[in-house]
Amino acid sequence: MADAVGTSDAVAVRRTLAGERDAYRVLVERHSAYVYRLAYRMTGNPHDAEEVVQEAFLRAYQKLQQFAGSANFATWVYRIAANYAIDRLRQKKSEEARRETPSRPPDGQTDVDPLSQVKDPAPSPERLAGSVQLAKKMKEALDALTPAERTAIVMRHWDGCGIEEIAAVLKSNSSAAKNTVFRAVQKLRLALQPFAERRGAAKAVGTES
Amino acid sequence: MKHKSEEELFRYREGEMKGRDAIAAHLEECDECRTELARIEEVFQALNAIPVPDPGEEYGSKVWRNIVNRLPEKEMRWWAGWFRPRRMLALGAAAAALIAAFLAGRYSHPANPGDEILDASKVRERVLVVAVGEHLGKSEMILMDLSNAQPAESGKKLINISTEQKRAEDLVEENRLYRQTALNGGDHAMASTLDELERVLLDVAHSPAEVTPAQFESIQKRIAEQGILLKVRVVRQELRAETGGRKTAPASNDSTAKARNKA
Repeated sequence: MADAVGTSDAVAVRRTLAGERDAYRVLVERHSAYVYRLAYRMTGNPHDAEEVVQEAFLRAYQKLQQFAGSANFATWVYRIAANYAIDRLRQKKSEEARRETPSRPPDGQTDVDPLSQVKDPAPSPERLAGSVQLAKKMKEALDALTPAERTAIVMRHWDGCGIEEIAAVLKSNSSAAKNTVFRAVQKLRLALQPFAERRGAAKAVGTES
Repeated sequence: MKHKSEEELFRYREGEMKGRDAIAAHLEECDECRTELARIEEVFQALNAIPVPDPGEEYGSKVWRNIVNRLPEKEMRWWAGWFRPRRMLALGAAAAALIAAFLAGRYSHPANPGDEILDASKVRERVLVVAVGEHLGKSEMILMDLSNAQPAESGKKLINISTEQKRAEDLVEENRLYRQTALNGGDHAMASTLDELERVLLDVAHSPAEVTPAQFESIQKRIAEQGILLKVRVVRQELRAETGGRKTAPASNDSTAKARNKA
């Protein structure tokens, strides 16, 4: 990959490590948008996403010495962002849980039924087909996932990450990571249920509108 | 016929090899499981309905601007420079005396303002204020030289900034002592401006002797972004006020030498 300045990632990393702080700029400018997409999908809002991006690049700079030149810088900073985002999500969830319902498990874990988060009564499939509504539903369903599930599905679905990579971020083994992805899909599917049936069982949801 | 479970179908979709052929064969024959698999697929399609806002083309630059001041300088260079005895010696005893006098004058005011003229420390303070003012004047000139240069028009591939670098390097040493002095004296506003100035001077001093137009522009940008020129001017103005409206000479080496001899 090359940019206007024509410096490769590896060269930029080397220069940064040699004391040229400005060389890091190339890396930031080149990979910010990529990291932003992950951050947005993880956090669900632009403000938090921007914070994740900044923090990821700050951390990457601080840890640059540890970065093995053989690895891909984009993958590396991506993982740092994912790690930071999941920590934030966990923190946020536990704060929310403490504030809202003290009886709920502190992690706000599996008991959260995605459907309970969906406030509107099932809109008609026609409206959903407009995809704005669908996007809203899916966002809500994503928000209702546990941090680990959200991380797993984002990394797996959008970024095509391998199970090992996901396991590394989740700090679990690959079998647990696979299960986490599956659990996420199950929950999302449940949230989608009233609309997803429309081909086979449209009558059941009601299409009188 | 026993249908496949949701999990089996999901794992099949994920490319799992275990029992793959059997599931494939089953799917060939079973409408219901094919429909089930299609519904699982719908979940992923639905996820794609979530839009990600486009952060814009300039996003990378924005991120850089937001973090650049939080990126630590290369500690090794910084501290190595600080403790290098040759450099400390080079500053000489005269500079140290000046600073001591500066502190004494700036932070311990005479009890009776009427005695001002007779107060030797006050005289020394003025001398020092002039010295700091000159330091700022010289710094301002470098920053202005760099800011006003238009390398793009010269059409050169590399711009030689070794002269500015040498000047910046010399000023960094002075700047450190003044900053430390201001900090010890509790003048945080002055210390903070000097700190910012020092970062910019260090940036210049540590750049390669020959930079590409892009690198040069980024130096210019940093100077502009931090508004350091303006800050330096404000502090100089303040110092002028302290010396009773008398102008501190912009950057005359002659007067510095005289001032130091006096002290």
